[in-house]
Amino acid sequence: MLASPPRLHIPDGFLTTAISALGWLLAAVLILVAVRQTRRQLNDRQVPMMGVLAAFIFAAQAVNFPVAVGTSGHLIGAALAAILLGPWAATLVMTAVVAIQGLLFQDGGLIVMGWNIVNMGVVAAFSGYFAYAAARRLAGASRSGTLAASFAAGWISVVVAAAATSIELAASGTAPLALGMAAMSSVHAVIGIGEGIITAAAIGLILAARPELVGAGAHAPGGRSAVVVLSGLLVALVVASLAPLASPSPDGLEAVAERSGFLGLAQAAPFQILPDYTVPFISNPVVTTVAAVMFGTLVVFGGAVLVGRLAARRQPTGG
Amino acid sequence: MHFDLTDQYQPRESFIHRLDPRVKVVGVIAFILAAGLIPVGSWAAFGILWILSIVSSSASRLGWTFAVRRSYIALPFALVAVPLLFTVPGEVIFTAPLLGWTVSAQGLDRFLSLILRSWIAVQAAIQLTAVTPFPDVLWALGALRLPSMLVSTIGFMYRYFFVLADETARMLRARTARAANPEGRRGPSPVWHARVAGNMVGSLFLRALERSERVHAAMLARGYDGRMVSLVERVMRPVDWATLIAAVFLFAGLVAWAHRI
Repeated sequence: MLASPPRLHIPDGFLTTAISALGWLLAAVLILVAVRQTRRQLNDRQVPMMGVLAAFIFAAQAVNFPVAVGTSGHLIGAALAAILLGPWAATLVMTAVVAIQGLLFQDGGLIVMGWNIVNMGVVAAFSGYFAYAAARRLAGASRSGTLAASFAAGWISVVVAAAATSIELAASGTAPLALGMAAMSSVHAVIGIGEGIITAAAIGLILAARPELVGAGAHAPGGRSAVVVLSGLLVALVVASLAPLASPSPDGLEAVAERSGFLGLAQAAPFQILPDYTVPFISNPVVTTVAAVMFGTLVVFGGAVLVGRLAARRQPTGG
Repeated sequence: MHFDLTDQYQPRESFIHRLDPRVKVVGVIAFILAAGLIPVGSWAAFGILWILSIVSSSASRLGWTFAVRRSYIALPFALVAVPLLFTVPGEVIFTAPLLGWTVSAQGLDRFLSLILRSWIAVQAAIQLTAVTPFPDVLWALGALRLPSMLVSTIGFMYRYFFVLADETARMLRARTARAANPEGRRGPSPVWHARVAGNMVGSLFLRALERSERVHAAMLARGYDGRMVSLVERVMRPVDWATLIAAVFLFAGLVAWAHRI
């Protein structure tokens, strides 16, 4: 049981009731927008198509592959859905997946399901879609550029969703933010490699068999709103992660965690040069961790763009 | 495969099985809310809530320990709450050897309360799907005014994931049959495995998409116009109302009592 990779499904009890209600509110608004956006595109095909593709994501999550002794990797699928269907449709598909997992298999709670939908649906789908679109624009629309962009989308969607999860846990006082985010995002940085490879290989096969489906992703509903939604979510998450620090008396989790040496893992050297009392925000391990996650995301994104471009130059006819 | 594909419904003849699905859905949500609202360290209130859960398990003829036996599913997640033990300030009751980390009484209380909440809540969720056929749960969600498009999408997913899971199982079996792994030789790298898995996911997507097109065409042939029509109609009986009101008052009273003591 412990060998299975930690999953992002938050069970009931791990978030406070107020935070859970906030998550449902956010999820409800975003689901309503997603329903409206996809209806415009799909019309009466909406229900059968979204339903069967949600079943596809659920089944695809069962396609596991051995990583090391006793552990196996598997897909979350939000980035794949976002590349193929656009971010709003992917949000709906992932909402159905999370709902079935919670309702039928008790994988993730019911009261906290709003946040599970936001994390694995909205955050993962939009960050994956945005990473894919941006990387593909920079790396070129060649076959290798598309595959590199798909890898980046898979990896980034998982890591960003994990970071978002740790913020919600911290806001509920369940795990200190710096430690939670460092643990969550470093574990998922490894899991994300599998997600990236599977996403890229799946896109590669679809590109070979039905190339018009991958092209369609570019015109899928929500392409333009992706930037707006994603930046809104990022601002909200950053504000949420910094808000406890701004209050005069935080609940002490961070301070005690730091004193007990628990946070040594999360701290990077460059930020420790700054004295504690002048710039409390920068010296804070939370900011350091957030910066580290952002830095890692940029490195993977840049690396994917570079690999995509180099590979495309080597095979100029690829596509 | 990491999920159980057998249906979770346990057919029995019981008062709870016969309740209106709306009552069961609202009741379980109220129960989980109550578990979340009981303050840290109210062990008596947590105990009463858990006793209510096993009493209902027994009343629905599932047996006292039905939900308890399946409740380990949320436990691995408890790992994220372990830092609470060491980071909540308070009276030190234990010092870890070598590391010097201290466990406070308050930290232990918060950690145990959190695990208890999660453990009790998951038992209620397990019982909901055990005593209510899943299509009835979905019907209740629709009747409780969830967007109908979302409810019918989830319903479609429920209908087709058994089909697609079978398809996946066949593909996995074919992969195992093709990929002989002689002893004493190193197998292919994880990256190779991940690529094979990815190709399987890609072809599964194409099959699913084509299936959704066929399903849509079949629905159009039967007169589908974008609205899901259902013949199911249920009326809340007096006993349904009585159970609902009793359950909500019981949970609210328990939470209020736990806050007073």
